[in-house]
Amino acid sequence: MTIEVKNLTKKFGDFAALDNVDLKVADGELLALLGPSGSGKTTLLRIIAGLDWPDSGEVSFGGENVLSRSAGERHVGFVFQHYALFRHMTVFENVAFGLRVQPRAIRKDEAAIRARVKELLDLVQLDWLSDRYPNQLSGGQRQRIALARALAIEPRILLLDEPFGALDAKVRKELRQWLRSLHQEIHVTSIFVTHDQEEALEVANRVVVMDKGRIEQVGTPGEVYDNPATAFVHGFIGESIVLPVEVRDGGVQLGGKALNIAANGYAPGAAKLFIRRHDMQIGPAGSGALEGSVQHVRTFGPIQRAEVALCGAAEKTVIEIDAPRDRELHAGDAVSLQPRRYRIFAAQE
Amino acid sequence: MGLTLTWLSVIILIPLAGLFLKTFDLSLEQFWGIVTSRRTLNALKISFGLSFAAACVNLVMGTIVVWALVRYRFPGRRLFDAIVDIPFALPTAVAGVALTQLFAQKGWLGAPLAELGIKVAFTPIGIFIAMIFIGIPFVVRTVQPVLLDLDVEIEEAAASLGANRWHTVFRVILPSLIPALLTGFALAFARAVGEYGSVIFIAGNLPNVSEIAPLLIVIRLSEFRYADATAIAVVMLVASFLIIFAVNRLQRWAQTRLPAH
Amino acid sequence: MNQPQAFTYTPPRDDVHTEPGAIRFVIVALAVLFLLIFVVLPLVVVFASAFSKGVMAYVAALGEPEALSAIRLTLLVAAISVSLNLVSGVIAAWAIAKFDFAGKTFLITLIDLPFSVSPVISGLVFVLLFGAQGFFGPWLQAHDIRILFALPGIALATIFVTFPFVARALIPLMQEQGTQEEEAAISLGASGLQTFFRVTLPNIKWGLLYGVLLCNARAMGEFGAVSVVSGHIRGETNTMPLLVEILYNEYQFVASFAIASLLAMLALITLVAKTVLERRLDEGQVVSDD
Repeated sequence: MTIEVKNLTKKFGDFAALDNVDLKVADGELLALLGPSGSGKTTLLRIIAGLDWPDSGEVSFGGENVLSRSAGERHVGFVFQHYALFRHMTVFENVAFGLRVQPRAIRKDEAAIRARVKELLDLVQLDWLSDRYPNQLSGGQRQRIALARALAIEPRILLLDEPFGALDAKVRKELRQWLRSLHQEIHVTSIFVTHDQEEALEVANRVVVMDKGRIEQVGTPGEVYDNPATAFVHGFIGESIVLPVEVRDGGVQLGGKALNIAANGYAPGAAKLFIRRHDMQIGPAGSGALEGSVQHVRTFGPIQRAEVALCGAAEKTVIEIDAPRDRELHAGDAVSLQPRRYRIFAAQE
Repeated sequence: MGLTLTWLSVIILIPLAGLFLKTFDLSLEQFWGIVTSRRTLNALKISFGLSFAAACVNLVMGTIVVWALVRYRFPGRRLFDAIVDIPFALPTAVAGVALTQLFAQKGWLGAPLAELGIKVAFTPIGIFIAMIFIGIPFVVRTVQPVLLDLDVEIEEAAASLGANRWHTVFRVILPSLIPALLTGFALAFARAVGEYGSVIFIAGNLPNVSEIAPLLIVIRLSEFRYADATAIAVVMLVASFLIIFAVNRLQRWAQTRLPAH
Repeated sequence: MNQPQAFTYTPPRDDVHTEPGAIRFVIVALAVLFLLIFVVLPLVVVFASAFSKGVMAYVAALGEPEALSAIRLTLLVAAISVSLNLVSGVIAAWAIAKFDFAGKTFLITLIDLPFSVSPVISGLVFVLLFGAQGFFGPWLQAHDIRILFALPGIALATIFVTFPFVARALIPLMQEQGTQEEEAAISLGASGLQTFFRVTLPNIKWGLLYGVLLCNARAMGEFGAVSVVSGHIRGETNTMPLLVEILYNEYQFVASFAIASLLAMLALITLVAKTVLERRLDEGQVVSDD
């Protein structure tokens, strides 16, 4: 089932949770909505699910506008951040709930319900827990039951709100891979919300990066990482070194001193230079775009991290650079830095 | 600390022990005779039966009141929230005379009801009304915090699974309130069984018809039939212990199944 | 191109979080009606009846010697029982909240007991102890000490029924606060009493006030237990609630409701103070206000 969102706007008082958002999701995709808290990603998810309503805009599933449909009529499986399992029901009854509340005309008989619940519990590999109550389960188990419950109604779309947010790091990792393989198995169009870039890049086919109610970029994990469309995306995804620079005369200046890198046609004026930390190469003094002196070196594992104070910057600027262990670095060394790749964005926010 | 225990014993334990010791003055047959005499049995039946009925009304109305107070916004909501505690705070004798005045044949509510042929004051219906009055806070105040704490996500989950509002309320929300509802019910019931002040004015106090057990104890005492009074008191005491025990069990059961997050 | 046309759109009724408007209306109406009939009306009746013959009759009724002596006795009994329960309630709560000892559960049950016993039975136990046929009856008579049908009996019965309030209000509060602050005070060289008055007491003052407030309201309003032990001696052992009963049964409605209105006022003031205190206590849980 495809999903299309058009011109969606939602305000809470003066605060625009969503500001004219457009998004198309292809059938069978596994899409991540990634952004900091307050970026509007959860609001977008809730509006798609029918748990919240926009001030204006359109949401359609497979070409059919669904905004006037209730949450139940949309056949959307929703997995809540805190699972929202019904505490007075066993695992079995939780999963069966969506089947039991169907209109009488299309409701399955008891045997069919039992078979379907069994099938789903097998799918999430927790059939042995069917008689337990939710509070007798671990966080990861609850998460999988919540997913099984959402799948019970054979949803056209699966929506997950911070699906791993409440789990500890180890369980998170396991569940990420599990969710990916589950999605390959059932292949239902899925959207999940996360503020964790690693999670989004690792699990999703495509990532939607949001900030302040707007979509900043939509792309594959590789695209948003390698070709960030905006300063926000560059800063939010991956570790970036950001330097305040000025584009002038086709060159880039830091503190009035020209750097040995091309402006690549960026408009003149105040700008920000973004460089991924691993894209910064360290070499002997005088060999690169930026000059600096090593202040401090720490080593961990295969790399060493050097704090380098840049020469020429108006204020004292210290950046952290990663270098291979075989390169000898000591505090006080004069070094030169050369970005392998870099991006320049206009300075204004 | 030793002092506390001593003081507690003096003020609470010794009097109660006295009560049970007194019953040992009676032989088993005597005790049985008193407890199963027609007047005692009727008084117990009236007290327990009407208390149960009043607690049922409080269960239903209490749920409605607490739902309105927690879930809806309406003018005067905070005032009505505070009002719920009045039956708690109002001295029982004051409640008793007020309810009697209200439901007496010439009273504000008694007169129109009399037109309809319903006599409330000085009948068992009056007892029933007084018992509803004093039970109001219990269901509301036990359920209120639970309903307030209930996660909206579970309602959203139910809705997204295709449940209509009716299903969500009756299959998801109310069932998770059951332990609190039952606790409130039991507390209202126990309070009504032992209630004296707010009931005796409106009751009519006709033996076998509208005479509650606590009143019978008072009557027996004024007749200096201490043993009779004691026997009835012991039956009531045991009954209220059983109710408290049930409430405690209920809460423990609720905790194992429905722990706070 | 142009901005997309602003189009107006009304969100559908929220059927996820609430009920249809008609049902909401019916439920609010039922709740309000129920509370109006069962709670507000009786309260209004008290004041309406008290003033039914005018303000003069009301004032005159309260000026009766019988009324004045009942008020005096009620205040005295409340003062005795509140102060005793204050001290023992604090100690009991302290013991339960801050120490572990055998029989703790039993002690908690014991504290709750007066709440769950019919007030009439609470009175009865004292009659059985101190009455003419009671355990101490003959001895008391021989020494010419009057407990029953006199102030000591009334005070004892009141203490019994109001015992739980202070302890109940304090136990959760003290449990939540734990013993760290006390241990810190003692490690800094404070004596036991200093610790109590400078550390423990300031921490629990609002809870304590709350307990005292409820204890006082019940002490002044107690009817069943006091009725059994008082003997109804006019001008001597009648508290205000008992006088309400007597006057009502004598069809002196204005006088009866005049006294009742004083008690109702006490209840209302208690409720307002309780609401204010509850807000204070709630705040205190987030940020200690001292």
